[in-house]
Amino acid sequence: MNKIHFNLSKFVIYLLLILGAVIMIVPFYWMITTAVKTPAESIKFPPTLWPSHFVWSNFAKAWKEANFGRYILNTLFIAFTTLAGVLFSSILGAYAFAKLQFKGRNILFISMLGIMMIPMPVYIVPGYLVLMKLGWIDTFYALIIPWTVSVFNIFLLRQHFKSIPNELYEAAVLDGCNHWQFLWKILVPLSKPMLVTISIFSLIGSWNSFIWPLVVTNSDKIRPIQVGLAYFMQEQSTNYVLLSAASTISVIPLILLFFLAQKQIISSYAKSGIKG
Amino acid sequence: MHRRDWLVALLFLLPVIVVILVFRFIPILYAFVISFYKWGITGPTKFIWFSNYIKIIHDAVFWRALGNTFYYSLFSVPLNFVIALFIAILLNQKVKGLGVFRTIYFLPVVTSIIAVSIVFKWIYHPRMGLLNFVLNFLHLPTQTWLEESRGIFQMMTGGHFPIKGPSLALMSLVFMSVWKGLGYNVVIFLAGLQNIPDYYYDAARIDGANRWQSFWNVTFPLLSPVSFYVLLMTTITSFQVFAPVWMMTGPPPGGPLGTTNVVVYYLYENAFTYIRYGYASALAFVLFMIILTLTLIQRNVTEKKVYYE
Repeated sequence: MNKIHFNLSKFVIYLLLILGAVIMIVPFYWMITTAVKTPAESIKFPPTLWPSHFVWSNFAKAWKEANFGRYILNTLFIAFTTLAGVLFSSILGAYAFAKLQFKGRNILFISMLGIMMIPMPVYIVPGYLVLMKLGWIDTFYALIIPWTVSVFNIFLLRQHFKSIPNELYEAAVLDGCNHWQFLWKILVPLSKPMLVTISIFSLIGSWNSFIWPLVVTNSDKIRPIQVGLAYFMQEQSTNYVLLSAASTISVIPLILLFFLAQKQIISSYAKSGIKG
Repeated sequence: MHRRDWLVALLFLLPVIVVILVFRFIPILYAFVISFYKWGITGPTKFIWFSNYIKIIHDAVFWRALGNTFYYSLFSVPLNFVIALFIAILLNQKVKGLGVFRTIYFLPVVTSIIAVSIVFKWIYHPRMGLLNFVLNFLHLPTQTWLEESRGIFQMMTGGHFPIKGPSLALMSLVFMSVWKGLGYNVVIFLAGLQNIPDYYYDAARIDGANRWQSFWNVTFPLLSPVSFYVLLMTTITSFQVFAPVWMMTGPPPGGPLGTTNVVVYYLYENAFTYIRYGYASALAFVLFMIILTLTLIQRNVTEKKVYYE
């Protein structure tokens, strides 16, 4: 009796989980299958759940019409330069907050955390005006420099650096190390998992960022992928075959990254929640 | 450590300080100043004291946008919270294929909101959309989703309920946000659940607690710091919704009949369509104050109930 009850509850659990998983998958399925349909088939109602034939050339067409080569190149450039900045500034900043003694350290750190609390939309207008003063509107600077410092990442890395005992530093000093050498030769190699976490957040953030690049860019030449895709939507408003193909192209790189490093990514997000 | 430390610290913190100063601190001060000016395309024209803020109080469109934002938050946050917790609990029952399920639920989190908006606009299509096809198949009434301006309470009661409620168009955005944001909270909850040691449950069982009792008396209190974090983050995020409105509603965005206009979209529209930087900055500060107040309220309410180990 007990055994049957146990199996029944397991059955219900799997049923609910599978139902949920199907709901999560269906929009992706629908995007990909729409992307390979003919325009005529795509607007049939009731829709065909499996494409009658696969028009792979839709991807090439979307790639060309949406100028995707340009957008992806721009986005990769923005994402990796931003990442370099984020890593550099976070490593140095976290070290200062975790291992150096100086007056006003805690006040500075707390006020930085306070600034982190201010929601992004508050920055749109003044950020735009500051960039205008600098003459940076519609330049890569505007898309990269403001995002090369992340207080959140400094916070994560500082927690990690603090967990590494100071005795290590004292031993390193005896061996003739200064702060700079100690940081790069000993601390950084010990922090690889945390740095991977930070890199993942940074890359995903750059790839998906929208509102800021929407506001600070005007020309196709420097536009990153999400803004390009959004304008493609406005141009093509009802051509869902091309739009689905373009959307598929835009999500593939990130989904590849996700499948390559999913354990790392999921545990990064989980950790960020517990520590935050 | 050495006395020379402050010099090293200054050098190490230089990039951080410069970027924060120029792109965070100064803009915030600047926004505060701008919010007291009439400030259009030609720059500041007049110092007008609190006029922008007073105008906000009398701005009917702002109040509607704020109401819509509250509705969006009021529906998306609890739905997301409850479903995510439920799925995390199911996943925590030592199921096979945990990794596969977790991956599937998490996939929308790393997918961009722009691609998701395109796909959902297509799924919600009133004539050719997948959702109406499914409803049709199940012999349920089809809907016009993003084009429906009537409130959901109005629709469900045939107009006999005194409150109209959020429009079905706004609810369509709510459902999409739950779909997209769920996986993040599932992962956070799951990590929290896995942190609860088994011996608490063993002890509860020995004391004769059933599953429901051990959920309320063991899981819920021990999970409360995580729940608090999830609640806070989901609320803050929900108040900043923008891209789906820009992408999926209208034209003009915020439609039909302004029922999906939210505060951040209204701010964007004021700044970059009407070029009213002063007014938009004042709106930004009002939004900030609202989010700050909500954060403090949630903290005070939950503080007594959150159980920290």
